[in-house]
Amino acid sequence: MLEETGPEWLSEEVKTGTTIIAIEYNGGVVLGSDSRVSAGASVVNRVMNKLSPLHDKIYCALSGSAADAQTIAEMVNYHLDVHSIEIGEDPQVRSAATLVRNISYKYKEELSAHLIVAGWDRRNKGQVFATLNGLLTRQPFAVGGSGSSYVYGFVDAEYRKGMSKEECQQFVVSTLSLAMNRDGSSGGVAYLVTIDEHSTEEKVILGNDLPTFFDQ
Amino acid sequence: MEKRCTDSQVKGVSTGTTILAATFDGGVVIGSDSRASIGGEYVSSKTINKVIQVHDRIFCCMAGSLADAQAVIKTAKFHLSFHSVQMETPPLVISAASVLKELCYKNKDELQAGFITAGWDRKKGPQVYVVSLGGMLISQPVTIGGSGSTYIYGYVDAKYKPNMSREECLQFANNALALAMGRDNVSGGVAHLVVITETGVEHVVVPGDKLPKFHDE
Repeated sequence: MLEETGPEWLSEEVKTGTTIIAIEYNGGVVLGSDSRVSAGASVVNRVMNKLSPLHDKIYCALSGSAADAQTIAEMVNYHLDVHSIEIGEDPQVRSAATLVRNISYKYKEELSAHLIVAGWDRRNKGQVFATLNGLLTRQPFAVGGSGSSYVYGFVDAEYRKGMSKEECQQFVVSTLSLAMNRDGSSGGVAYLVTIDEHSTEEKVILGNDLPTFFDQ
Repeated sequence: MEKRCTDSQVKGVSTGTTILAATFDGGVVIGSDSRASIGGEYVSSKTINKVIQVHDRIFCCMAGSLADAQAVIKTAKFHLSFHSVQMETPPLVISAASVLKELCYKNKDELQAGFITAGWDRKKGPQVYVVSLGGMLISQPVTIGGSGSTYIYGYVDAKYKPNMSREECLQFANNALALAMGRDNVSGGVAHLVVITETGVEHVVVPGDKLPKFHDE
C-alpha cells in the first residue's frame, strides 16, 4: 500500500469483543467481565469496566459494539430511574431486562450489542436474564461475548445447582481467566460484581492474580 | 456477533468435527466424534470413523474436507509403511506426522485438511502432534481440533493435567467430546476413543446415550 491511510484503529469500529458472565446463587448474583476494548487489532482500552449499573441492585454486562452497548445501558438506566420513581420502590430485575430487550429487538438490524442483565430484587431474589438478539430468557447463568465460545464446555461441565456465593465467584473468575487466555479480543483484568440483599460489591482482580492452568 | 470461521466454508462433504488427543502416564488417548455433514445442514453419516490407523502404534484424526483428508492419509500410510520397511524398525510418531505435514505443506493451495497424530514409539514414548491447515507441525501434550473444539478450549485448559492415569485421561477425553458434541451442531453421534500404549491398542466406542451428561440435560 503506497497511500497514507493513517493508523487502522482510527477507521475500525470499536468493539468490546469480550467475555461476560453472570450467575445466580441462593440469595444473589455474581457478574464478571474482562476489560479489553479493541478496534481491529489494536487494544484501545485495557481497563474498561464492562459491568454497568442500571440501578442500585441491577447491573448489566456489555458486549459487542462498545458504542451500542453503552448507549443501551445509559438509556435503560434513565428509564429505570423514572420507572422506580413512578412505582415508588426499587424496580424488578425483569423490568430492567425487558427494557433492554425492547431496545435490542426494536433496533435489532442497527445495533450489534448483547447485554446480560442480572440483579437482586425482593420478589424473586437473584436473577440472570439473557437478551441476545431481542429475546428475553431467565437462566441460572449466562455467558456472552466473543470469548464465551471457548468456555461453553467448561461452564457446562462445572456448573452445579445450589453453589454458594464464594463458589460462584470462583466459578466466574476461573471462566473469565480461561476465556481471556484463548480469546484475542478478551484480556486485561477481571471485574466482579456481587449483588445480594444487603450490598453491591465491586471487585477487580488483576491479571497476575487470576488463576493459571497447566500450560502457564 | 462476529462470524467465526468454521468448517462450513469447506466445499463438499466436511467433517465439521471434534477431534482430540491427550498424553497420559504411559500412553496417549486419541478420539473423535462420528458425524459427517454437508454444508452443516444434512448429516451424511452418523457413524463415520475419523480415527485412522496409519501404523501399529500410530493413529491419526482428520478434520476439514473429508475427501482431502482421506486422500492424504492414504498416501501417508503408503509412505510410512515403505519407510518402516527401509528402516527395518517401526516408524517414529514424528515421522508419521512429518509425512502428513509434507503433503499438507507442499499442496497447501489445493488441500483443506488438518490432522492430529498420536502414538507411541520406543524413542520418545507417548506423543501428540498437530498438523494444521497450512502445514505447520507442532508437538503438544494435549490438543483439540475441528469446529467443535472452540467450545472446549476452556474445559481442556482447566481439566488437563500432565501424567494423568489411563482412566483419568479416558474420562477427560470422554467428557471433552461430550461437551463439544453438546454445543456444536456439526459434531455428534458416538465417541470413538483409541488408547495407545507400549503394550497395545484399545478401541473404546461410547454410544450417544452412554455419553456423560451435564447439568442441563
